[in-house]
Amino acid sequence: MCLAIPGLIVSLVPEFQRLAVVEVSGVRRRVDLGLLEDDMPGPGDWVLIHVGFAMSRISQHEAEEQMRLLRMLGEEGAAIEEIRGYDSAVQDV
Amino acid sequence: MRFVDEFRDPDVINHTIEEIQRLCEPGRHYRFMEVCGGHTHAIYRFGLKDLLPDNIELIHGPGCPVCVLPMGRIDDGLKLGERPDLIFTAFGDMMRVPGANGSPLEHKARGMDVRIVYSPSDALTLARRNPDRHVMFFAIGFETTAPSTALVLKRAKEEGIRNFSVFCNHVTIIPAIRAILDSPDMRLDAFIGPGHVSTVIGCRPYEWIARDEGKPIVISGFEPLDMLQSVVMILRQLREGRAEVENQYRRVVPWEGNRAALRAMSEVFALRPFFEWRGLGFISQSALCLRESYAAWDAEQLFQVAGVRVTDPKAAQCGEVLKGVLKPHQCKLFGRECTPERPVGALMVSSEGSCAAYYNYEHRKGLAAAGSAATSF
Repeated sequence: MCLAIPGLIVSLVPEFQRLAVVEVSGVRRRVDLGLLEDDMPGPGDWVLIHVGFAMSRISQHEAEEQMRLLRMLGEEGAAIEEIRGYDSAVQDV
Repeated sequence: MRFVDEFRDPDVINHTIEEIQRLCEPGRHYRFMEVCGGHTHAIYRFGLKDLLPDNIELIHGPGCPVCVLPMGRIDDGLKLGERPDLIFTAFGDMMRVPGANGSPLEHKARGMDVRIVYSPSDALTLARRNPDRHVMFFAIGFETTAPSTALVLKRAKEEGIRNFSVFCNHVTIIPAIRAILDSPDMRLDAFIGPGHVSTVIGCRPYEWIARDEGKPIVISGFEPLDMLQSVVMILRQLREGRAEVENQYRRVVPWEGNRAALRAMSEVFALRPFFEWRGLGFISQSALCLRESYAAWDAEQLFQVAGVRVTDPKAAQCGEVLKGVLKPHQCKLFGRECTPERPVGALMVSSEGSCAAYYNYEHRKGLAAAGSAATSF
């Protein structure tokens, strides 16, 4: 739950405001950008994701370091499981 | 030092460790509290204790949300799950946390409709898809997760989804730090401040710790080098007689926090007059409840909630460990009755709980060493 998962915004979801398709280790899911509305990121930007919501914008370098950190903490699998878990039934993209 | 080689920039790490040794005053014993459970996990995983001089003691703080939640709240939530129309949803971390009559997972095995969600918005989606059921989200977490719950509630209200509610257990970090500083048996020199909570609340809310309590606090990242640098920054402050809020994790944490997240929280949540924390007791204004304008989505207002108070199993000493008075292995149940496989207390459940972290890295290491010693004979 407290995992901060780095993801790359691939595209915005046209029919839903504030939703983006984000890729994490090859897995694509929809993530909510509502908490970044003051400084809305777009495709090509990296974000840190908590419980399905992008919580902060980060650099690509920081994203790589964060993934490495998760790997070192033994939490990479849990992070990808969490991303996969984001309502895959309705969010297949 | 066996972990140093796997770290990024081992030379910088070694240099930082030398700097720490230089800054430590001989004969002085330092007690620093890392507030965040993520830091606790990282400290054990990276064996940072072995890299620091013996006179620096790291005390594990209250920043593991499932650990600080008193058992009565879990039982209250599960009681609502007995309603036949209700779907009980929670994060995976909650599923194995023991209530007085078992964990959510055990209730599921007995037939309750309990489902894991990875995001509060998935609980709302479940409600949209099951209009004849009521979906309740058992919300836990500090300011890292509370804004997401807030946005989901806003969306439920905008869309007029009435078969969805939140059983709110969100807590806030600042009053917990205050309670720790107020407790007479706790002597601390400084704080390693939480990383991700601070992306939301920023650095200002910690200023009183430096100003009024005279304690340095350094907001820290989670890499080994981050935490070692934070220790350097703390030691420099102590050495120079300063007490300030410093931000080591500037690459992620803005000084002002995330205003949009704070707006969403203040729109949806109000402060509870008081809330019970495991180990710390009742702390005033330390938790969030839904505002009156969200009463229709507040499980505590929609349903009768017993408000049970359950004391932890007598033998378990979760409270003392949470307060940093006892180390995990000093609890009578540690590693015997209470293990990550069969947790008695919540601190053994989450990877951020200090007991689980200690067990997984320190205790297993000891067991492995004992095992190989035995076979070598």
